[in-house]
Amino acid sequence: MEATITARLDLKGLSCPLPIAKTARAVRDLEPGQLIEVLATDPGSVADFNAWARSTGNPLLESSQEGGVFRFLIKRKEA
Amino acid sequence: MSVATLEKPAVEEATVEPKAAERVVIISCSGDLEKVWAAYIIATTGAAMGKDVMIFHTFWGFMPLVRDEVATFGQNWMQKMLSRMNRGGISHLKLGKLNFGGAGKAMMMHLAKEHRDASPRELQDMARDLGVRLVPCQMSMDLMGITRDDLIEGVEEPVGAASMLAEAQGAITLFI
Repeated sequence: MEATITARLDLKGLSCPLPIAKTARAVRDLEPGQLIEVLATDPGSVADFNAWARSTGNPLLESSQEGGVFRFLIKRKEA
Repeated sequence: MSVATLEKPAVEEATVEPKAAERVVIISCSGDLEKVWAAYIIATTGAAMGKDVMIFHTFWGFMPLVRDEVATFGQNWMQKMLSRMNRGGISHLKLGKLNFGGAGKAMMMHLAKEHRDASPRELQDMARDLGVRLVPCQMSMDLMGITRDDLIEGVEEPVGAASMLAEAQGAITLFI
């Protein structure tokens, strides 16, 4: 079953630290358990989103790439 | 006695790294553009990672806390002269290397814009928005005759080295 994505963030073209900083700000505005989809083109973002998720405890459900665009699906951790 | 099988954590239960430092203390001591830039990149990232981040601004590293519009600060002629030669404001910082009277800086800012990198000014705004604590060094402020009116908004009360060190206990500390 496909879970509902509450928010989408297009961060294509932005570079460090903006993809992480803007994502963190957006996740802050979510309710616990809600999902956000983030698109980015910064090649460093794959490692960075992994590190960020590990460090903050917000689960990174998916990390994929299509045509140079990275897609991350993040769930706001339960409070 | 049966050994309970540990349920494999679901993929969505990301593990928080044990005993990771919860706080980051950055000592901003240099007024060089590239160093302040780096300090603010690390600060915003730290805040984005859920850490309590504080930047202690001291000596030339104090300049990013001065408002861009403040052309002169200081109480006596030496302090005023100093402020004229070393203008405050995060937008007025110079590159520590290859500044070439501002031409190097202009090129760097142009490149950063092309790459859609956030400028120091934007990073400072974002840092404040993410809750990074901008802390002035009392001694630097007194030394250079800078008043609260010269500072940007959202700056904390000035403190001394002891307060900074107390904050740095158990934190990631960076001297930039």
